[in-house]
Amino acid sequence: MNLLGRMGWSDLAMLESPVIMGAGLFMGLVVVAVLGVITYMKAWKYLWTEWLTSVDHKKIGVMYIIVALIMLLRGFSDAILMRTQQAMAYGGHPGYLPPHHYDQIFTAHGTIMIFFMAMPFMIGLMNIAVPLQIGARDVAFPFLNSFSFWMTAAGAVLVNLSLVLGEFGQTGWLAYPPLSELKFSPGVGVDYYIWSLQLTGLGTLLTGVNFFVTIVKMRAPGMTWMRMPIFTWTILCTAILIMAAFPILTVTFGMLSLDRYLGFHFFTNELGGNQMMYVNLIWAWGHPEVYILILPAFGVFSEVVPTFARKRLFGYNAMVYATVCITFLSFVVWLHHFFTMGSSANVNAFFGITTMIISIPTGVKIFNWLFTMYRGRIQYTSMMLWTMGFMVTFVIGGMTGVMLALPGNDWVLHNSLFLIAHFHNVIIGGVFFGYMAGYTYWFPKATGFKLHEGWAKASFWFWLTGFYVAFMPLYALGFMGMTRRMNHYDNPAWTPFLEVALVGALLVLCGISCQVIGLVVSIRNRHENQDVTGDPWNGRTIEWSTSSPPPFYNFAVLPHIDSLDAFNETKQRGHEARETPVYSDIHMPRNTPAGLFMSVAAGMLGFALIWHIWWLAAISLLAIPVIFIVRSCNDDIDYYVPAAEVARIEALHNARVAKLELTHVA
Amino acid sequence: MSPDSLVAHHGEFAEDHSHEPNNVFGFWLYLMTDCILFATLFAGFAVARHQYAGDVSGKDIFDLKYVGVETALLLISSSTYGFAMINAYQHRLGAVVAWLGVTFLLGLGFVGMEINEFHHLVAEGHGPDRSAFLSAFFTLVATHGLHVTCGLIWMATLIAQMTILKKGLTTVYINRLMCLSLFWHFLDIVWICVFTLVYLLGVQ
Repeated sequence: MNLLGRMGWSDLAMLESPVIMGAGLFMGLVVVAVLGVITYMKAWKYLWTEWLTSVDHKKIGVMYIIVALIMLLRGFSDAILMRTQQAMAYGGHPGYLPPHHYDQIFTAHGTIMIFFMAMPFMIGLMNIAVPLQIGARDVAFPFLNSFSFWMTAAGAVLVNLSLVLGEFGQTGWLAYPPLSELKFSPGVGVDYYIWSLQLTGLGTLLTGVNFFVTIVKMRAPGMTWMRMPIFTWTILCTAILIMAAFPILTVTFGMLSLDRYLGFHFFTNELGGNQMMYVNLIWAWGHPEVYILILPAFGVFSEVVPTFARKRLFGYNAMVYATVCITFLSFVVWLHHFFTMGSSANVNAFFGITTMIISIPTGVKIFNWLFTMYRGRIQYTSMMLWTMGFMVTFVIGGMTGVMLALPGNDWVLHNSLFLIAHFHNVIIGGVFFGYMAGYTYWFPKATGFKLHEGWAKASFWFWLTGFYVAFMPLYALGFMGMTRRMNHYDNPAWTPFLEVALVGALLVLCGISCQVIGLVVSIRNRHENQDVTGDPWNGRTIEWSTSSPPPFYNFAVLPHIDSLDAFNETKQRGHEARETPVYSDIHMPRNTPAGLFMSVAAGMLGFALIWHIWWLAAISLLAIPVIFIVRSCNDDIDYYVPAAEVARIEALHNARVAKLELTHVA
Repeated sequence: MSPDSLVAHHGEFAEDHSHEPNNVFGFWLYLMTDCILFATLFAGFAVARHQYAGDVSGKDIFDLKYVGVETALLLISSSTYGFAMINAYQHRLGAVVAWLGVTFLLGLGFVGMEINEFHHLVAEGHGPDRSAFLSAFFTLVATHGLHVTCGLIWMATLIAQMTILKKGLTTVYINRLMCLSLFWHFLDIVWICVFTLVYLLGVQ
């Protein structure tokens, strides 16, 4: 028996090509540098007690977003590698990426951008904002929340490990069989894919349960359903979608694993296996997933527009019903991802029509935002720019989506670059723009200081122009017959379009650079951009009524909600209650490393299964329940913050506000 | 925050706080996601149920009497768990542990019979790698069996915590027993679907 399973020296992928070696060395250097800085600053203890073991939703949210931003860089470097390859590889020129490597890159790009950039970004935003928006002290299950985060982090570690040790899948981001079966993908690539996604998928599922319970059970007194901020509504619907869709993903990958590890025949070509079952199942998860990503973005826009148009949201009720409609409809459209499967005309027509129907509630939302802006006193902040960029871009993406929803059109455009352009149009123009608006909007709430507006605006303009320059040529290329995922091609007519697309990708690179610089500048100048009052945008919902960053218990006294936009109403009434509040003891959960430990064990389990290191798999599989049971024996999991301590913290904050307000006046 | 100034708080006092009922609600939601997990497996089974690939069909391998005994064990264990819960609400720890012990043995018998059935099938050359039907059959039934096994581990843990660790029947533990109760009855319902859709329809 080999102690390292099927791992050998030849699996060090770095030796394969200079590109991977460069990327691997760079990644290694960054990790060493970060660890070095932490050690040099003697920050390990602080990091351990305040962050790694934290069950505070605000800190977990920040950690989610850090993961998302790092993975954005990783996913984007994949993108720019692909654009460069396609701009070069025509007419017999092989480009610089051999197919084995190129196929891993497009697989990793899709997987990373959806599972490890967009999902953590979204979950990070909801972690930061939702408990504050509903006036709760934490989520319903804080320990579970920490576990969810670390499972996502463990999955992200596995994906990045595949860069230097072994390989990633070469199957495309959904790993369709039979290509992903053992017979055609015998290496570790698909196993890396499966286990990294199983880990993060479990984390996401538990997040869905957690936030559903939080929103249903822990709203502040007086916050009825129809007084909930729209962002909270969208997260409620997202949580429902997560709970209903992610188990399907777990089972689908489970079946694929059984095929690959134990010779089952769910999706093989032989002995009755059915590959179209995989395609159906993965899209029964995959289409709701699209709405899991976009609904929270819609929620962000619904917060940003009223705040910066200085008006109440137009059509709050319509917005809620539209969100709920989309939630239901998202489960009856999955077949439009494979109209070419060969179902009957009636089946295709049904799914084509349901797909088109979704554009109706979405259109309602667009009009609601427009009418909110109409006759508002709009402040053109970077968040508003992202929102307006979204409205134009997303409508274009939605219209190309309706084109694809016609089965006849789809048979022509299926698998072409038209499709690639369409979904980047909605995911960049919708999801990503929305998350950037949300990131800028809640950044001061999470950190206590605002992002630099100049760099944020520069980033927006580069992203917007870069998006159009990069993806509009792809629509044309789709009509010209270019299919997706091509390593090289021999049609010289495509080359100019691909060169333009590369320029677009470089513009996006400038946009990302502006974000990075903006973040560094904002941290350096944090004393100038400080959010003293906790209400930097003159916000309308109650997350702005507490300090920035909020104390660990969020609200010293739980707010009482008597209207929509409750905080705005309070300010309108000039009710900044200066009367002495009555504090009482606050019940809070204790920090725990159990979630971190269980996720480390789960990550080791995934690693062991990928490399067939059975002894390690057995140990880590045993470790997970043991850690959980040990933790369940501990009754000392929560505590009360005495009222006097609350009063002390609040007094400190008030003194700070008073002092800073004085200096500002002076 | 300075930890010294914070008062330790233990589960006993938790009644004044809204967190505890959340556990049962949250666990019920998790069960609903588990329900979708099983629904997906049933869908997979429905697709593969006639894909025998020249190997055996359900009619050849299912022994309804054997499965009937298995089913009886599991259904009776649901009732005995119910008795455990009645006693839990009356704070009779001894009776709770006794009924949980009976439930545990019935559940263990169920899992043992299932392992025996699988062992026979594999030994006779009808393992899950022989056809899509057998793959789907083994996966669906074993996933249920794995759930029952997790329930047994959970039950043993709770018994040990309440007796050896002397945690007793506090609100925390009654809530945990309640969650396991939901889990146990849920697995019963899933098994009734397995029995009907896999075994009864399979021998037709």
